[in-house]
Amino acid sequence: MSNAVLSVNDVEVGQELPSRTFHISRESLVQYTGASLDRNRLHWDERFAKSVGLPDVIAHGMFTMGTAINVVSDWVGDAGRVVEYGTRFTKPVVVSYEGGADVDVAGVVKAVDAETRRATVELKVTCGTDKVLGRATAVVLLD
Amino acid sequence: MAFNASFTGRTYPPTAPYAVGREKIREFAEAVGADDPVHTDQGVARARGYKDVIAPPTFAVLIAQQCDRQFIVDPEAGIDYTMLVHGEERFVHHRPITAGDEIVGVLTVDSVKEVGGNAMVTTRSELSTIGGEPVCTATSTVVIRGGE
Repeated sequence: MSNAVLSVNDVEVGQELPSRTFHISRESLVQYTGASLDRNRLHWDERFAKSVGLPDVIAHGMFTMGTAINVVSDWVGDAGRVVEYGTRFTKPVVVSYEGGADVDVAGVVKAVDAETRRATVELKVTCGTDKVLGRATAVVLLD
Repeated sequence: MAFNASFTGRTYPPTAPYAVGREKIREFAEAVGADDPVHTDQGVARARGYKDVIAPPTFAVLIAQQCDRQFIVDPEAGIDYTMLVHGEERFVHHRPITAGDEIVGVLTVDSVKEVGGNAMVTTRSELSTIGGEPVCTATSTVVIRGGE
């Protein structure tokens, strides 16, 4: 386990974070439903989701958001250093029974403030060709 | 449409305290795949200067949603919950949410706008400890689709 938090001297604008792909299955959605207490049927009841016009059940926006930030937490070296995080939910992540869904997360450093030791990271979060999170940005406190 | 636009600026009374537990943090961290041991190992958390294990960055939604619920179920607000879509979410952490915290939230309706027959509502939950220490500001925008 690594306890080293990134130093402000090691971060520069344009730097890319190690990207990751997260697989989402129906099981992931049920697990998040329980953990988050967001029991909206759109996230686990296929018949209901289809009855309101969706192609299938969809992931909780907050689940996608909560998963995507791991790219930033792992990069900075301590989840407690994520001091701001915001996003728009632009497209739903459709999770099929058979294949689930794969969400790709990439991040790039947009700003670094040496005085406050804060860096702003922009995340690109996509599922296939869909941009599922919009304007996803996080601010981290560096060492 | 039934939706009540006069809610802008309204603030609700503080919620009942939410007791942040180690096992709830573990459960949430596992659900979002957050494998930083700071969420599950007290030794790691203390070595990094925290009092106990800390919550992942989006855990605050659990408490913020309790705040939001006051407004959503307020019959005066006229919200049809089944027509509600989450549009935007943002957290500003004043410090990490930590096991052992008892957190209360104060909800303010920041804005209510009507866009093309839908209502866009932005709410802000100020989360603090029962001792008054600010912990997190959570801002949420929901879209409530208008009926046909």
